[in-house]
Amino acid sequence: MAWYVVRRLLQMIPVFLGATLLIYALVFLIPGDPIQALAGDKPMTPAVEAQLRARYHLDQPFIMQYLLYLKGIVTFDFGTAFSGRPVRDELARAFPITIKLAAMAVCIEAVFGVIFGLVAGLRKGKLFDSTMLVVSLIVIAVPIFVVGFLAQFLLGVKWGIAPVTVTGKASYTELLVPAFVLGSLSFAYVLRLTRNSVAENMSADFVRTATAKGLSRPRVVTVHILRNSMIPVITFLGAELGSLMGGAIVTEGIFNIPGVGGTLFQAITRGEPPTVVSFVTVLIIIFLVSNLVVDLLYAALDPRIRYA
Amino acid sequence: MALTAAVLLATSLGLAACSSEDSADASIVTTNSGEPQNPLVPTNTNEFWGGRVVDRLFAGLKYYDANGKAHDEVAESIETTDRKNYRITIKPDWKFSDGTPVTAKSFVDAWNYGALGTNAQLQSYVFTEIVGFKDVSEAPPKAQTMSGLKVVDDRTFTVELVQPSIDFETALGYAPFYPLPEAAFKDIKAFGENPIGNGPYKFASNGAWQHNTQIDLVPNPEYKGGRPAKNKGLRFVMYQSFDTAYADLQAGNLDALDTIPDSALSSYKQDLGDRAITKPTAQNQKFGIQANVPHFAGEEGALRRKAISMAINREQICQNIFHGTRNPARDFTASTLPGFNGNLPGSEFLNHNPAEAKKLWAQADAISPWSGRFEIAYNSDGGHQAWIEAAANSIKNTLGIEAIATPYPTFKNIRDLVNAKTIGKAFRYGWQGDYPTMLQFLTSNYYSHSETNNVDWNNPEFDRLLNAALAAPTLEESHKLVGQAQSLMLQSMADIPVFDYVAAAGRSDKVKKAELAWNGLFDFENIEK
Repeated sequence: MAWYVVRRLLQMIPVFLGATLLIYALVFLIPGDPIQALAGDKPMTPAVEAQLRARYHLDQPFIMQYLLYLKGIVTFDFGTAFSGRPVRDELARAFPITIKLAAMAVCIEAVFGVIFGLVAGLRKGKLFDSTMLVVSLIVIAVPIFVVGFLAQFLLGVKWGIAPVTVTGKASYTELLVPAFVLGSLSFAYVLRLTRNSVAENMSADFVRTATAKGLSRPRVVTVHILRNSMIPVITFLGAELGSLMGGAIVTEGIFNIPGVGGTLFQAITRGEPPTVVSFVTVLIIIFLVSNLVVDLLYAALDPRIRYA
Repeated sequence: MALTAAVLLATSLGLAACSSEDSADASIVTTNSGEPQNPLVPTNTNEFWGGRVVDRLFAGLKYYDANGKAHDEVAESIETTDRKNYRITIKPDWKFSDGTPVTAKSFVDAWNYGALGTNAQLQSYVFTEIVGFKDVSEAPPKAQTMSGLKVVDDRTFTVELVQPSIDFETALGYAPFYPLPEAAFKDIKAFGENPIGNGPYKFASNGAWQHNTQIDLVPNPEYKGGRPAKNKGLRFVMYQSFDTAYADLQAGNLDALDTIPDSALSSYKQDLGDRAITKPTAQNQKFGIQANVPHFAGEEGALRRKAISMAINREQICQNIFHGTRNPARDFTASTLPGFNGNLPGSEFLNHNPAEAKKLWAQADAISPWSGRFEIAYNSDGGHQAWIEAAANSIKNTLGIEAIATPYPTFKNIRDLVNAKTIGKAFRYGWQGDYPTMLQFLTSNYYSHSETNNVDWNNPEFDRLLNAALAAPTLEESHKLVGQAQSLMLQSMADIPVFDYVAAAGRSDKVKKAELAWNGLFDFENIEK
């Protein structure tokens, strides 16, 4: 088990190198000169231009820029943004907010998805089940920005019962509506996965045995049906946390949440390799770690699964 | 399941803990902004998010009122006999918010800091006019300070310019000319995070700049100038989009929004009623055509540019596409600037006149027959597609040539090609006034030796008129000469001006008074709640 974790962590090193190199190359390839863009329509004296180019290593060839960036990483120096602030500070500011948002979204979709899915699965074919199927279909079909703008307009602007935008505090209350919006799409998937899994397990032998043993209905449902139905759901949720971090960009834009999305977008338009690469790399690492956690959770849910 | 339950519990606890809202900020005016691109050092701030904050924190020798008129602020007198040598005396008893006095040295040190090449200040070019700038701006610099700046005593300093400039005096209200306190030079990085100024506002506290979120300012009790704050403080809230800001304005969470998003332009007047605000502003938009584009050199080029100008239906573009938030261009500057005259000789070439356009185009064809197609480059990241396509269409229909709008992905794409003079087609560009003078628009864009002369306009007579306007003893005479210079440009259609901007803004019902200034930004000091 421990060896398995170590091996998985070691695998992240080549993924890290490959991903950063790739992203660095992509940012480098964005046409247009970022230093000229800093000047906008206004002139810039040659000395200032040369000075800025040297400061951000833009006078070096691509591979040198990349190696200098890697050299910094070893000492936890993620480079400097064009604002003159260390990228590390930007990471420390933006990520906690987005992680909070994504975690809330996962909780919301997990709790509501599992509860509704469980009830629908237990009452397969009944009215509640059919209603949930229709509801989840609608939620899957509507794009997230439509849900976002609608929620913002109705709840925030029209009825005034929820904050329209999120302030720098990014408190749980403020993030509630955005988290619901962000979690809405996956909620539908979790609901459907749970429902099918539960419906399938209802007729499984171990459930019949448990019922025959005289176990109470709640115990059969929670320990026997639900626990065994959770494996596909956990797989989905684990992979989901990573993509939610990325998907949060749209939601963050609508609700003006000062997280990863906006910062990354600005850095891309300004062509700032260190900022873009650092942000995306952290996203990749979160994705890898959450997948690792999912793999480890399997063993907890199903003792037959063991890692060498 | 245990994990989920634990997280859920944590979430609901958090909800309970964080549900109390503070309401102490009710008297502060909230206004839209974005994350400043650079630290808040006046000589390094060249974009509007940082600019609007810096202008609140500092007071220069002059300030501009809402109409763009320059008034003395820290300056007691600015004396010159030849428009080349200036003797500047500042008022006594001004202090920075850290208690240190504002002296002649505060100005001279700040300007020298801004000009020195190794400090890499984005606004360093504004000091080009001062004698000795060349030496400090070289790499490596030949001198650390500009020889044209001399401190006479605590309250007096002199400035020597390379050539006479009436514009210099007006420009003294522009951000790079603000003074800096001693503390700035000790650690400019820390200063940029928590600036200390002498303006009508100061930072509400250390760390009032919450990155990507907001900046809080409170009135500065030390301020002694002509634009004291009429509100209890300003909060610049950073929005990722104007759409979101507009939603906040409608919900009453935002007091003042200076840009109505495109998506609401057709409806904002109904949405906001008398809280909708419009005002023409000092920003224009035009097509440039460089002389190396085939058929656009010499006499033929002038005829073709005039024909194209007259083929464009500016009025229609302004009304149909922009819902009146643009005004048809009447010259190469902007209508809000002091001395503007909308009826210069030659401005008839800016009228929509298809018959005349065809005639001029035919005359050009007689010199050398038209071949190829007419392309207008625009950047697709800036919301320019609709009007560029409308203009291309108008040109196509009037002149019967193939005219198309060619998108480029980003603004800097086009800038690279324009600067390298390799774009090979017409391109859209604009100019936003840094300070309210027509001369800034003209010297920056059309002086034969200007680095930002995008269209290779080179006319000795024009340069002569511009020089004369710069050396004029009074503003009235200067404006007259500027008019003559612009007439000359209209005769050969140096550039094709299309429209000026009209700022469309809005305020919440909590705000009693909020007006826009000459630059399209709010007159922040005079917003009343």
